[in-house]
Amino acid sequence: MKITIKGAHLFDPNNNVDEVGDLYIEDDRVTDNFSATSSQIEIDAKGLYLLPGFVDIHSHFREPGNEDAETIETGSRAAVKGGYTSVAVMPNTNPPIDNEGVARFIKEKAKEANKCRIFPIGTITKGRKGSELSEMGHLYEAGCVAFSDDGECVKNSATIRRALEYSLLIDVPIIEHPEDTTLTSEGQINEGVISTRLGLIGIPDVSEASMVARDILLAKFTGGKLHLAHISSENSVDCLKYGKNKGIKVTSEVTPHHLLLTEEEVVHFDTNTKMKPPLRTKSDIEALQKALKKGIIDAVATDHAPHPDYAKELEYSLAPFGVVGLETAFSALYTRLVLSEKISMEGLIQSMTNKPAGILNLPVGEIKEGGTADFTLVDLNAEWTVDPAKFASKSANSPFIGWKLKGVIKFTIVGGILAFNEGEFL
Amino acid sequence: MMNRKDLLGIEDLSREEIEEILEVAKSMEEILERPIKKAPTLRGITIANLFFEPSTRTLSSFALAEKRLSADSINLSASSSSVLKGETLLDTARNIEAMEVDIIVIRHSMPGAPHLLAKRLEASVVNAGDGTHEHPTQTLLDLMTIRKRFSEFDKLKVAIIGDIRHSRVARSLILGLHKMGCEVTVCGPPTLIPKWMDVFKVGINYNIEEVIPDKDILYILRIQKERQDQSFLPSMREYIKYYSLTYERLKKYASPEIVIMHAGPMNRGIEIESRVADSEFSLILDQVTAGVAVRMSILYLLSRRKLNENNN
Repeated sequence: MKITIKGAHLFDPNNNVDEVGDLYIEDDRVTDNFSATSSQIEIDAKGLYLLPGFVDIHSHFREPGNEDAETIETGSRAAVKGGYTSVAVMPNTNPPIDNEGVARFIKEKAKEANKCRIFPIGTITKGRKGSELSEMGHLYEAGCVAFSDDGECVKNSATIRRALEYSLLIDVPIIEHPEDTTLTSEGQINEGVISTRLGLIGIPDVSEASMVARDILLAKFTGGKLHLAHISSENSVDCLKYGKNKGIKVTSEVTPHHLLLTEEEVVHFDTNTKMKPPLRTKSDIEALQKALKKGIIDAVATDHAPHPDYAKELEYSLAPFGVVGLETAFSALYTRLVLSEKISMEGLIQSMTNKPAGILNLPVGEIKEGGTADFTLVDLNAEWTVDPAKFASKSANSPFIGWKLKGVIKFTIVGGILAFNEGEFL
Repeated sequence: MMNRKDLLGIEDLSREEIEEILEVAKSMEEILERPIKKAPTLRGITIANLFFEPSTRTLSSFALAEKRLSADSINLSASSSSVLKGETLLDTARNIEAMEVDIIVIRHSMPGAPHLLAKRLEASVVNAGDGTHEHPTQTLLDLMTIRKRFSEFDKLKVAIIGDIRHSRVARSLILGLHKMGCEVTVCGPPTLIPKWMDVFKVGINYNIEEVIPDKDILYILRIQKERQDQSFLPSMREYIKYYSLTYERLKKYASPEIVIMHAGPMNRGIEIESRVADSEFSLILDQVTAGVAVRMSILYLLSRRKLNENNN
């Protein structure tokens, strides 16, 4: 297929592109050499930004096992509607991605959905139980791009040590969900002034930071590649600074909700403010924003965690942890961080494209001859209101409901194919 | 004039609303002093007492308040409810509401459970205790008890002693006392006072003997033996050594006009010595008596709108 994009603001900081122009796509690549007349699709992109497609290295598509919350089909729709072209999905499915069969099933379903690229992440341990290592080699050959017991921290330090060591064989990252569950206990929200006022059990930030510190030291000791999921606290950022300064192979990610929201959101017991790690304080989000800007935190990841409405319409302490994020990530961050000049457009785009792609070695769109044709076209001036009825995801548990955001995703192109076309899916 | 659908917490109440509740409670007390303790005030109003936690005092206090005012009421406890069959709280409550219930009184072990119902139901919701969050009707009856004894709240010095961390009584009481202009100090073992307690703008002191001397009221909290296993305390013996309100401590450190309060149920010999609980300083049973009048007042004030509609 051939696509011509006319008059877009081409923006690809990784290739120093920032200019108005046309872009030609043939098959799954960018090309300089074809005549516009033979073009099958022509997009008039005047006033739109053309960006590399976003890459999410942390999503939950719930299939197999919890198809009432999300499926690979609906998750893919949410992804391309949010401008994402590649998504790595976490293995806490039922059954979990701890064997080649499930990994292949994910790839198969992704092909059927045929929207964005989907990459399974395998478990670190069999059944995510934290004891026996999964067959990483077999999982890698079946398409897994990293390993994680996400949702569970690998509590046993000897086990995570062995995982980091063994991963050297295939040179893919171990993604840790850093949480000392003995400190978390039955915690529901950040331990602080709000948990004190509301009488909800608190999760102290050291529950995260102490494991971040442990894992960074183990990465240094083993030489394995460590990636730390959903960093939420200033204390963890301080530990990451140490890791980066020492040249340890550690990368990390932060979610839009941890960058933008504080524990104050919880005061009305809205269960869409409940996630792990919990929303923290103003000084934490300032530290996270600064860390992302300076590259101490490498990437933005959504931790897209759909739950059906009946599961969230419960007592706060009974509701499951997690919020959806794919459809709001870019607009929320663009509106609240770029427009308020807390982070540059260039910085935001890199943290959503080439940086996360680099961590898991995933394809990323590039505006250059021969570049991968994974792009999204955004109207940065258009405003929209986050409405749960309009989500493409099967679930609507968003903490941003009712927010007015700038930036509407108009088109998403994945591998040279128009996967999202002004509200219509492929 | 109080014009609200729900009573969820002291946090939402203004001083004026608290004054009105206490004022109406005073006239409810007159009903309770009559030979025939009944008024037709809430005839035709239906109330469901939805108790997901065991309770003797609060449930019987609400039930009596409802009967004294001629409301129709039913009690549902967790053991007999459909919660055990997997129904959600919201569905249980919606089913009750579908039977034309006007007020739901809810006691639940989890913070925010009454708020969830209040948001989703037309019926009025009264929080009869939500986990470790709030217990507003307890605070209102405590304030009524204090008013009867002191007549003025301003500048009263109150110490709340015991397990602050796990106490909804403490959270509501601190908010209530502050709204009325009192000064509050909390006292207890460091593990049982949240690290962020200063958000409540209270004095914090771990030493009971330093806390007692200049206070007008000592409010003793029940120590929950079932929390022992989470190692908040090394032993009950040690708790008693440092925090039990003994007669000896009282005589040695307290002002002769000191007042002792406790929300019950008491662990005699643990947080409070029997001799103190039964002493002339104790208002513990006065609190219970005030409870019925205060709950009559609250139920009346929440029904007032509906009653007026019916009369028109």
